[in-house]
Order: sequence, then structure tokens, then C-alpha cells
Amino acid sequence: MAKAFGIVTSTPRRVRVYGLQDFRSAGAIPLFGRYRVIDFPVSNLSNSGIDNIQVFIGGKYPRSLVDHLGTGRQYNINSKRGRLQLLYCEEDSRNEAYNTDIANYLANRDYLERMEEEYVVVTPCYMVFRQDFSDLLQQHIESGADITMLYHKVSNARDHFLNCRVMTLDDEQTVMSLSGNHANKQSQNIFMDTYIMKRELFLTLIDKTAAFSSAFSMSQMLEYRLGKTDLVIRGVQHKGYFAAIADLDAYYEANMELLDQKTTRSLFTVDWPFYTTTTDACPTTIMEGATVRRSVVADGSEIEGDVENCVLGRGVKVGKGAVVKNSIILSYVEIGPGVHVENEVVDKWTRITRTKEMTAPEGKTGFVRKSDLL
Amino acid sequence: MKQGNMLAMILAGGRGSRLHELTSKVAKPAVSYGGKYRIIDFPLSNCANSGVDIVGVLTQYESVLLNSYVAGGGRWGLDTKDSGVFVLTPREKAETGLDVYRGTADAISQNIDFIDQYNPEFLLVLSGDHIYKMDYSEMLKAHIKAEADATIAVIGVPIREASRFGIMNTDETGRIVEFEEKPEHPKSNLASMGIYIFNWKLLRKMLVADMKDPDSAHDFGKNIIPQMLADGKTLLAYEFKGYWKDVGTIDSLWEANMDLLDKKDELDLGAYSWKIYTADVSTLPAYIGDKAETDRVYITQGCECSGKVTHTVMFTNSKVAEGATVTDSVLMPGAVVDEGATVIRAMIANGVRIGKGAVVGSADSEHIELVSKNVKGVE
Repeated sequence: MAKAFGIVTSTPRRVRVYGLQDFRSAGAIPLFGRYRVIDFPVSNLSNSGIDNIQVFIGGKYPRSLVDHLGTGRQYNINSKRGRLQLLYCEEDSRNEAYNTDIANYLANRDYLERMEEEYVVVTPCYMVFRQDFSDLLQQHIESGADITMLYHKVSNARDHFLNCRVMTLDDEQTVMSLSGNHANKQSQNIFMDTYIMKRELFLTLIDKTAAFSSAFSMSQMLEYRLGKTDLVIRGVQHKGYFAAIADLDAYYEANMELLDQKTTRSLFTVDWPFYTTTTDACPTTIMEGATVRRSVVADGSEIEGDVENCVLGRGVKVGKGAVVKNSIILSYVEIGPGVHVENEVVDKWTRITRTKEMTAPEGKTGFVRKSDLL
Repeated sequence: MKQGNMLAMILAGGRGSRLHELTSKVAKPAVSYGGKYRIIDFPLSNCANSGVDIVGVLTQYESVLLNSYVAGGGRWGLDTKDSGVFVLTPREKAETGLDVYRGTADAISQNIDFIDQYNPEFLLVLSGDHIYKMDYSEMLKAHIKAEADATIAVIGVPIREASRFGIMNTDETGRIVEFEEKPEHPKSNLASMGIYIFNWKLLRKMLVADMKDPDSAHDFGKNIIPQMLADGKTLLAYEFKGYWKDVGTIDSLWEANMDLLDKKDELDLGAYSWKIYTADVSTLPAYIGDKAETDRVYITQGCECSGKVTHTVMFTNSKVAEGATVTDSVLMPGAVVDEGATVIRAMIANGVRIGKGAVVGSADSEHIELVSKNVKGVE
């Protein structure tokens, strides 16, 4: 048995991906043609040999996430030795402040208690990176720390990662502070909402946090207790590709970054597959007269127009004479003949046939609603 | 879904020797087709979509890959409580020792015990190497309605080609009155598709007798069907209309792939109501490079296309580098065409690399060139 079980947390209050999150939780947001964001944390856990994975599902619209995860067999989890457990957390509609990860844990406390693994690995549903958690757990055990937190060093925090939390560390990698990103400097350590500790300590902290404030999250509690506690809290730096799908611009940028083959190859390697759910779509047809350049195209699409610098989901139709540029087109979207789409994120099942110009100015990310007819 | 009363047996032992190196290590039903499929995905998906839950797959020739591919049945959703895909290879038996399958009928005969476990009312016999979409439950309805003893699916072929097929001569009600194997002067153009529905009780009796007949070739077309006709049994011809292809040669396999671009709507793999299921591979979506020129390309997961590609089917994980030209060709899974190479009217076998600047195939060749070994680049 693995030494740890995994938790994928539900969307934190501060994460808001405009439009895309209206009808789905952040984890269910489609990414890069054929994935959803949650495929990354779940695959990381599975590839790390962690077979018991609890996914916390909050928000008003759990459908797409539940649909996508299903029994979890696509994630290569041995269903007899482990399982993907979906734990629903009802939202408190009276005040958004109550909707914390702690509230979710408390609502499912029995299930946390029943886990037999000694450690817990907690990782968020809205971040994209690869991490071998068995390595991280080993480091955690060897360091003697009580809590190990994963962070990523960035140099553009003034205008990026604004919905994320940042941390400072001393020379020994001890976490000294934890706070929101106040956009006051470029160079920051972004907390990856990923941490490891013993299950016992985890349960204790949940209870202590709840007793302290009904509106505190785990990371707020850790922030409050830094310097006031005997707990040794250590940071470990993550290297490699990292994206936080915490707002629409970050979503757009992550897709665009992955159009760069070098970046993509660093994230996706044969020995660390990212699993997702197949839809059994047939291959894509690029038809006569179509031009496709620097784009990623998922299966089941039919392209007759010009596509440049785009990510196309499954079953997308681009009509004759249509021009689609610098855009993220989600699955089953139809872009009619002669339609011009630029700098847009077009949500699923939308048909743009009557509006001939659907463009956002350079540097802005446009958004077209799901299942719309334009 | 609860188990139905028809069990399917897929004959998948064929060697397919006219496919040359493509079948030197894998049986014909396991040959790749259509970008992401293997041929056997078609009968298996048809079974799943028709509500046929128990499928026996009879394998013999080079069956390691095929056996591991179909085992379990999860890829086609045939792994519920009441369903399953079962690999049936020749085995050693208490009374007779180890015997290979001596013919299509013998393959079924040797697995009577398997079929008896499920005690089906009807037995559906399929071929593992045809490309088509067909609802077997409709065929069963016709079989029951006609109170037939056996029903054979037939397809109209051009009369000048009819002498290449097993031809069914029928009366006005569709009842088969005569069966002619590759007739010199065909009287009808209805060719057998090698798809049969039998009343299991009757067939079982006939198979037991056939096993003991030393003169029998133990073949459905040569022995069982003629015997049924001789016995005055009711044999129904069930006419199928739609795309159907038996890919026996490299040329016809190439053509069947090109049909996906040229006659896109005939097989219509994109129809949501009748999907063809296949292995779920963990790869990125297709990537098309910034200097790519693409014109009529069938492309799928894991592909990287940066060259000039025209009228070509690219299979999973195949790659065309910048400056390469690929025309009228089929790139099987994992095939790689390096910078500056030219591929024309060729089929590049699984995992084969065409080196920098190399040229394979030619525009005016009579046949499609199969490239099954790496081709060195020219410096």
C-alpha cells in the first residue's frame, strides 16, 4: 500500500475563471484540446503510485466534473487496491466566506478518518504541472518536517498569479510567511496549494482551524500560525512547467504557452502520461483548401477554413473561408463559413454562423458563452 | 444491459498474407486502419452497438498482439456483468489433443463448450477483417421474421466483379436457392459478407456431424451452407446497404484509408450514434506546425505535422518533419518522415522512419509501395 492517500481540493473561493467557471468547477475546465484541468493532479497522483484519491467537488455545478471523472478507471487506478472517491461539498449560499476547504473536509471528516495511509498529499484541481509525489513524500519524511509545501518561483507576479497565494522562505527552506499576492513585486514564490503531512496532523489542523474561525481556509490557518507554532513547515521548490488556471487570462495563456512544442515536450513525456477520458471521436479531417498553422487540433474535427495559433477541442467545425486566429475553441463548436474569430475563448457547443466578426482587441481575451447561437 | 439471446463468434485467425510485412507479426484483424483503429474494432464495436454482449474471438495465426488487444473487452464497453470478449485459441483437449482450427466451421465446433455455457438461441458468426458499420440486431429481426434457419448478410457488388465472391442466388422473397463460390458466370450480384446468423440448436447438431466427416473441409461456405441448402433448410439473404470493405491487399488497404478522405460520408466514422471504439491512448492532440501545408489530411492524436502533406492519412503518433513532402500516402502508427524526405503513393508501416531527404514511392507506380523497414537518409 502507498504511504499516502491523495486529495484533490475543490475550487478555492479566490479562483475565478470568467465565463468558463459559470457552469463548471475549475477542475472541469477543458484544456489543450482533449484534457480537463483536473486530469493533471489526478494523473500526478496515479503516476506517483497513489491509488486512493479523494476528489472534493464543490460549487453549484458538479455535473461536468462528475461526468468526466466517472469511476476513475481512465486514470490507471487499480479499482480493487484503491479508488477515486468523489466527495461532494455543499456550498453555503448564505455567505461565500463559509465556503472553505476546511468546511469541505469537515463535511466529509468520516471519510478522511477512515483512510489507512499514514500521510496525505493535498493538491489543487486548478493547477497544471507534473510532480512525482512519491519523491516529494520521501523528501518530506527525510527532512523531518511536519508539513511540506510545494511552491513555484515566478518572475511575473505583478500581473500574473493574482488569485494565488505567495510565500517566503529562509535559507533552510523554512516557510516564513504566506499571504495573498498583492502584486507588489515580480519575483515571488507561488504556493502551489500542494502540501504533505501526516493524516493525524491534517485532522488536528482541520479541527483547530474550524474552532478558530468558520471562514478560515487551511492556508489561512497556516499563515496565522507561522512563527507561533512548533510545527516545522518546509517549502520545496517545483521545477518545470507550471500554470495556475485561476482567471481567464491565465487560462488563455496556458493554452498558448503549450502551443510551443518545447514547452509541451517538457510537460508531456512518455514516462509520465496525463490521462483523460476518451470520447471515441474519430480522427480529424483537414479538407481541401484549408490552412492550418501552429495549432493543436483534437480528434473529430472538420476544418475547411484557416486556423492559425489556435487550440481546437474535439468535434470542432470550421467552415469554408472562416478565419480563426489566436483562439481557444472548445469542443463541438461550429464556426460557420466566412466567420472571423480572433483572440477569443469560445465555450463548448456554440455556433457562430450569423455574426461574421467575433474578435477581441489584441492583448484582450474575449469570451463566447457556452451553447450560444450567434 | 441484460444479456441478449444472440452470441457472436468472430473468426480472426486469418493470416492475410497478401498484406505482406504488415501481417508478418500480427494477424490481419489487428492491422491498423483509419488513423486510430484496428480492423477488428469494427465487428467488435458493431457488436457493442447492436447489443450483442458476449463475443468470442477465434484467433490462431500470430495472435499474441490480437489476443492482448481484445482481451477484457473494456475498449468496446463489453466488460459489464453480462458481457465479455473472450479470446479462444486452439487448445489441448482431453479426447483429441491439441488441434489447430481446420476451417471456419471447425473453429466454432472446437468451442461448442464455450457457447453452451451461455446457451444462446442464435449464433452470429462474423469475420474479423472487414470494415463496415452494421446493426446486427436488425439482421436478427429479419431472421426471426422470416423464420429462417440461417441468415447470410449479402451486399450487391458490380456484376463484373461477382466472380471473385461467394454469390447467393435468391428467390423473390430473399430466400437463398443456390450458393456458388466464385462462379464463372454469376447469376446474381449478391455477395456473401461472411456474416451469418444461425439457430444455434440446428447449427450445433450440424457441427457435431461435420467434425466427424473426414471428407469435410470444415468450412461454412464449402460445407455447412451447401449442406443446409441440400437439407431444404430456410436460408435468408439479408441485404446490407452501406460501406463494406474486405481489405486483402496493400492497394485495397490504402484505398480503404483514402476513402475516409474521398468518400467521407460513406463510412461516416464521425456519426455519434454509431461510434467505432478503439484503444484509448494517452497522447497529446495532433499538432500542426507553423510552416505546415495541409490539404486533405486525416489526422489524429499524437501526430505532428510540420511538412507539406497532401491527401494522406496520418495514424496515431506519426510525424512529418519540416520540409518533408508526403502525398497520397498512409503513415501507420508511429511512422516518421524526416526533414526533406519525400513520400508518394506509399504506405509506411508502424514505427518506420524515412530518413532525411530520402525518397520513397513514385507518382506513377501501378501499386502502392509498402515500406516496412527504416529508410536511411541521404546526407
